[in-house]
Formats: sequence, structure tokens, C-alpha cells
Amino acid sequence: MQKGNRSGWYWLFIIPFIATLWPPFYASYRPTLGGFPFMYWYLILWIFLVAILSGIIYFIDNR
Amino acid sequence: MTFLGFFASRWHRGNLNLIEEWGLAGRRFGTFVTWFLLGGDLYTAYTFIAVPALVYGTGAFGFFAVPYTIIVFPIMYVVIPRLWRVSKRHKYVTAADFVRGRFDSSLLALAVAITGILATMPYIALQLTGIQAVLAVMGLGGSGFMRDLPLIIAFLILAAYTYNSGLRAPALTAILKDTLIYVTVIVACIAIPIELGGYGHIFHVAATTLAAHKGAAILPPKLYTAFSTLALGSAFALLLYPHAVTGSLGAKGGHIIQRNAALLPLYSLALTFIALLGYMAIAAGIHTKDTSLVVPLLFIKTLPTWFAGFAFGAIAIGALVPAAIMAIAAANLFTRNIYREYFMKEDGPNREAHVAKIVGLVVILGALLFIVAIPLQYSIYFQTLGGIWILQTVPVIMFGLYTRWFHRWALFIGWLFGMFLGTWMAAAESFKTSIYPLHLGHSVILGYAGIWAILVNIIIVVVLSLVFNAMHLSNGQDHTERSDYTTEPGAVAAQ
Repeated sequence: MQKGNRSGWYWLFIIPFIATLWPPFYASYRPTLGGFPFMYWYLILWIFLVAILSGIIYFIDNR
Repeated sequence: MTFLGFFASRWHRGNLNLIEEWGLAGRRFGTFVTWFLLGGDLYTAYTFIAVPALVYGTGAFGFFAVPYTIIVFPIMYVVIPRLWRVSKRHKYVTAADFVRGRFDSSLLALAVAITGILATMPYIALQLTGIQAVLAVMGLGGSGFMRDLPLIIAFLILAAYTYNSGLRAPALTAILKDTLIYVTVIVACIAIPIELGGYGHIFHVAATTLAAHKGAAILPPKLYTAFSTLALGSAFALLLYPHAVTGSLGAKGGHIIQRNAALLPLYSLALTFIALLGYMAIAAGIHTKDTSLVVPLLFIKTLPTWFAGFAFGAIAIGALVPAAIMAIAAANLFTRNIYREYFMKEDGPNREAHVAKIVGLVVILGALLFIVAIPLQYSIYFQTLGGIWILQTVPVIMFGLYTRWFHRWALFIGWLFGMFLGTWMAAAESFKTSIYPLHLGHSVILGYAGIWAILVNIIIVVVLSLVFNAMHLSNGQDHTERSDYTTEPGAVAAQ
């Protein structure tokens, strides 16, 4: 497998760190979604986003 | 399940008298099996019991587990394939093997190995709290020897099949275990909220009840730093736990690990809903002082008996799989980095595997003794310490994967200080929490002791590296090459 110089894309992985490790972004009850307070559905959303991000970078890595 | 464990020795048959075969299953696992194996590491029976218990007791703070298991995968994607490639190239079985080759220092390798073994032992013991909690609720608690009997039987089965099949045994049983766990989680998170009047109602009741008990359903500002540092530190530590390293090195390629980094978040999703069981327990009016009983009590109260039984079985099996991986990982460390380094007289790979198998047994029996003879509370204390300790190996292993600029003696001294400081901080909090209040002038910052310790660790490593490198103190011979980290070695011929 050839890696080339694609690891610059890895810097995108900084985004989930900032988004999930900075509680002021999400420590609130509203807006709720399906009964879930904001803090909970926001973090659940990030589980999906991090999976999608890893998937995209995997495809770039193995292009 | 037992049958499956023994059958595993025949699956992808290899020579089980070699430590690479016994302890890493010949590095042959594909995406599917690695997913279950690493997922099984990530959330164990202890997680199933402890995370909802923390949420039940403190509220939003317990959800640090969610950002923790979100950011762990980017770290895994970037860092662990490097470890896999260099390990494959040089036949390293443990992280300490790598450290020895990279820094030409058996002392540094010993430090990493001992940290790993110390952190793993109480973790194995804690897996049993899952089984114990389930048994207690089912009324099979008993007393004295009878209380421990089911545990002893479970552990004897575990010991026998681990001895026989090595890493293949937990890999196969992990598939069964996680299928049961996923079914349990999906059913519980649909059926229980219907029973209790929906998620909106559950959150509402939890928020009101927690507010009356010093908890909060939304993270209060004074806990922001504690929440974030605990998530960050736990994420880095998780990947360096010996069982995580063993699970990763068992993969057949670095790209398998990367693919898994994209697929494993499904486990984080399950973990989030497992954590929510803590709120469901509050809404269902479960009252218990022993928070480890929260989930079993909730299941008994809200689910049909037959399904609660199914869920309890899932939790019990869920304890055995990670325990087996942990025992194998500890055995690999002992054999490769302590026994072979300091005690082995006659050479030979067969002897290594033989010793590893025996040590695996000793580790499992040791964990059993731990749980039968020592009060549970001590295992939990050690587990808290274990995470702090493992985190102190980050500079040696993770930095070492990228650069050799850091001096081996600087890394050793930094590790030593990190271990002492982390332990001291936890002791100052009577081991009840890993959150240590740092006093800076007039303000107090709550943070994970492991993070405070590793900050000091890193500062020492950087400063001393500058000094030692300026003094031209020997930094040993690097046995690895730059390309070992970036190029994928050829696929296993024996596929």
C-alpha cells in the first residue's frame, strides 16, 4: 500500500477533538431532539461524524 | 461458548507452540474479527456495570465516556498502524518489545512491561464485578464459598481455553458475546423507554432527581475541565493498554486497523445507550446504595424475566472475553520483556510460548485470588490507578513511534516522575476519584490526575532530552528504520 504524502489530511482529525472536548459548545438542555437534551444528541451526532470522517480519510489513504 | 473456545485452536490453524501464534494468533485477523476483538476490549462487562453506575450517581459527568470513545478512534487511525507495521517487520509481540528495539534499552522496556502488567491485573479482576452483580440480583448471591463458586467455575473455563487456544479463543467468543450484547442493548433501549414513557420523560425525571442529589443532567461549568481531561487521558491510555495492543497487533494489516477506526464507533453508540441506562434506572425509581447493581436491578424491574436472564448471560460472557485478552496480553509482556530478558537460560521460541501459556494461567488464577481474597474496593482503586499509570507510557511509546529525539534516560525519568505524581494525586483523593483539584494561585482547576502527571512527565522528558543530547550521552542503537513505520510489510504468506 502506497501512502504518499496524503497524511496532511490527518490534520482534519483535530476537528472532533475540538468539537467534543470543549463542553461550552454543547453543555445545554435546549434545543432538544426527540426528547434528548442538546448535549446528548450533539455527542451522538459526533459519533456518526467521526466514523464518516475516518471513512473519508481511509478512502483518501487507499485511493 | 466453551466449545467455541476450544474449537478456536483449530481455526486458521497455526503452530501454537510459537508465541506469535499463541499470543497474536499469527497476526492473521481481518476486519471483521479485529472489529469484535477491539470492540470487546473497548467495552467490557465492567463498562456495562460501571458507566451506568457513574451516570446514575453523578449524571452528565458520567458521559465523559462518549467524547472519550469518539476521539479514541482518530488517535487509533493515525498512531496504531505505525506500531503495527514496525512490530510486524521486527516480530515485536508487545509494546515493550518495540521500546526495547527503538531505544536499545531493556530498562525502559521493563518500565513499560511492568506498567502494563500492573494496570491489567486489577482490570481482569474487575471484569468479575459484572458477573457478581448479575448473580447477586438473580438471588444466587449465596455466602462464603458458595458465593464464589460460579466465579471459580467461569474462570477455570476461561483459563483452560485460553491455555489451549491463545488469542484465537477470545476472538471467536467475542463474536458471540457482542452479538448477545448488541441484542440486549437494542432491546433494552427500545423496550425500557416505552415502559417508562419515552426518552423525553426519562431525561426530565433524571434532571429533576439529580438536581436534588448534587448531580446534574447537563454538565455544570465547574466540571468542564475534569470532563474533558478525563476523556482525553482515557482515550490515549486505552490504546496503550496491553490488551488493546495485543488486539491491534493481531490484525493482518495496518489498513485493517484503519478500517476499524471507521467502523468501531458503532460500539461508542452502543456505549452511549448503555450509559443512558443510568438515567432509565433513575426514572424507573431504582434505589440502591451499591451502584454496581443499577443495571441488573433495572432489567429485573422493567423487562420480562426471560429477557433479563438473556441480558445477564450476555453480561457474564462479556466479562470472560476481555479477561482472556487481558490475561494473554499480560502473559506476552511477562514472557517477552521480563522472563526472556532476565531469566531465560536456554533459547528458543517454543520455550517462549510454553512460558506464556503458563503465565497466562497464573495471571487468570491471580485475578481470581484478587477478587475472592481482596475486597472489591481495592480492585476499583487499582483500576483508577491503572489508567493513570498507562497514560505515563505515552511519551515512550507514542512519541517513540514518531521520533527518536527524546533521550531514553529522559523518557525513563519522566515516566518515573509521572508514575509517582499520578499515584500521589490519586492517594491524596483517597483513591476515590481520579480527578485532582490543581491549585493555581487563587483558582482551582479540576482535572484528571493522569493528565496532570503526564504534563509533568512530558516537561521532564523534553528538558532532560535537551540536556542529555547536549551532553552527548549515548542514546543507544536504533534497531528500526524510518521506512519500517510507513511501509506496509507484505501480506502473510500463510493466508
